[in-house]
Amino acid sequence: MADKYGRKRENLLHILQGIVEQERYLSDVALTEVARELDLSAAQVYGTATFYTFLDTEPRGKYVIRVCRTISCDMKGKNRIIQAIEDALKVRLGETTQNNKFTLLETNCMGWCHEGPAMLINDQAYTNLTEEKVIEIINDYAKNK
Amino acid sequence: MTYKKLKRIDLIFHEDCDCSQVLEKTFRKSNDEIINDILESGLKGRGGAGFPTGLKWKFTAEQPSGDRFVICNADEGEPGTFKDREILFKVPSKVFSGMAVCAKVIGAKKGYIYLRGEYRFLLPQLTKALDVFHKEIKDLLDFEIIIQMGSGAYICGEESALFESMEGKRGEPRNKPPYPTVAGFMNKPTVINNVETLVYAFMICKHGPTRFKELGTSDSRGSKVFSVSGDTPIAGIYELELGMSLDHFVEEFGDGDTKAVQVGGAAGFCVPRKKFKDTIIGFEGVPTGGSMKVFNSSRSMYNVLHNYLEFFEEESCGQCTPCRVGCQQLIKGIEAVKKGEQKAAYLDQLMKLSETMKLASKCGLGQSVANSFSSIVDNFREEMIY
Repeated sequence: MADKYGRKRENLLHILQGIVEQERYLSDVALTEVARELDLSAAQVYGTATFYTFLDTEPRGKYVIRVCRTISCDMKGKNRIIQAIEDALKVRLGETTQNNKFTLLETNCMGWCHEGPAMLINDQAYTNLTEEKVIEIINDYAKNK
Repeated sequence: MTYKKLKRIDLIFHEDCDCSQVLEKTFRKSNDEIINDILESGLKGRGGAGFPTGLKWKFTAEQPSGDRFVICNADEGEPGTFKDREILFKVPSKVFSGMAVCAKVIGAKKGYIYLRGEYRFLLPQLTKALDVFHKEIKDLLDFEIIIQMGSGAYICGEESALFESMEGKRGEPRNKPPYPTVAGFMNKPTVINNVETLVYAFMICKHGPTRFKELGTSDSRGSKVFSVSGDTPIAGIYELELGMSLDHFVEEFGDGDTKAVQVGGAAGFCVPRKKFKDTIIGFEGVPTGGSMKVFNSSRSMYNVLHNYLEFFEEESCGQCTPCRVGCQQLIKGIEAVKKGEQKAAYLDQLMKLSETMKLASKCGLGQSVANSFSSIVDNFREEMIY
């Protein structure tokens, strides 16, 4: 990663984003390695990583589901959507399925207020969700991806 | 006060244009002429703060020679705002062209688009459009645009936090001054504009300042893209002339039972029904970066406020105490009043706290928590208590 993006401080975020894209999260080993490569202290790298919501420092599943919790999606019933996913995947908010395929999280406003409730699965946005629709999407990921 | 009637405008999305042709025409003018056109149009920043765009460009252009940058702020994170996504999705070349005009005027060779992590799905098509654009302007201007991704932090929409983030650091706002026009990204003179502002700047280059200036009011020239959501049958993105009254807005977008509109997102103001008539949407009244959230009488304003405070508590960068501790205490405070653990008069103390946050916080995040807090508590006090 450091070879790809460079070893300057301003490349740090790119490197961390690149690792998360591949590994879904930043392990302690990865963070200290990045620190060594860029000649920064581990604290600086860890401090930067933990600042950003999408730079997870805990193990995540292959697919990270982030349901929007901000007001419009809340008004449109995001709690029902979360409940449906919890029931389908047998996990609670914040948890990862046993097969490491899915992690269920909430996130702040992701800019789909007019088409709420909305969620992201990794980078992909899904909008106008209903309980049926979200189950369909999750099943599709479980089977086909 | 004089109001404008609600009027739909079709400047940003509708008109197809040959961007490189317009750029070629624009570049025949001198830099001063271009800046004067932008100043003359009265264009103010569309991200919410409303700083005159022409002045930003002028101040940066006046800096002693050396590297300088133009940055497009696409870290659209304000709850209820989603217009920049639509602009980048539908008319990306107009955004690039706006950046190119700015680059020419200030003498920048490099520009960046800081795109919020939530919009990463736009990246493939933006990259493609950018390749085409770079080819088109190859003979016109020595200028390259690079897209940089955010990683889920509302505060990075604050310009100096955005620079920090681009430099690979925690997105913590800097002290001001110095302002970005003097020392922005990599401490070089930088123009940072919202996505929509750059498109309007380009449209002003295309049509001349008069067509823009004819729209809106003396304090709020032109039109603006609004993101309408909440209890409305027609949620979506609308370009409207600035200066309308909220009354007219609600007539068009409300569901007939509107009790309040949150103008400007979580950092904005809540306007109750009785004030719709006297509220003007624009810099002389209630400004907005585009977010318009409509609430009908079935909604609990306590829940709305609680949701906003949770948002701020989590998105506060934690750097300065008034914002970090203030957000936590405001949440605890309204919860305690609701549960009856504190008397209703405690709300007044919380109002004072929010005023302190407004005065003492380092950046716009902490300073604007009081906007929604006091406007909701003031207007819906009984809902906070019972």
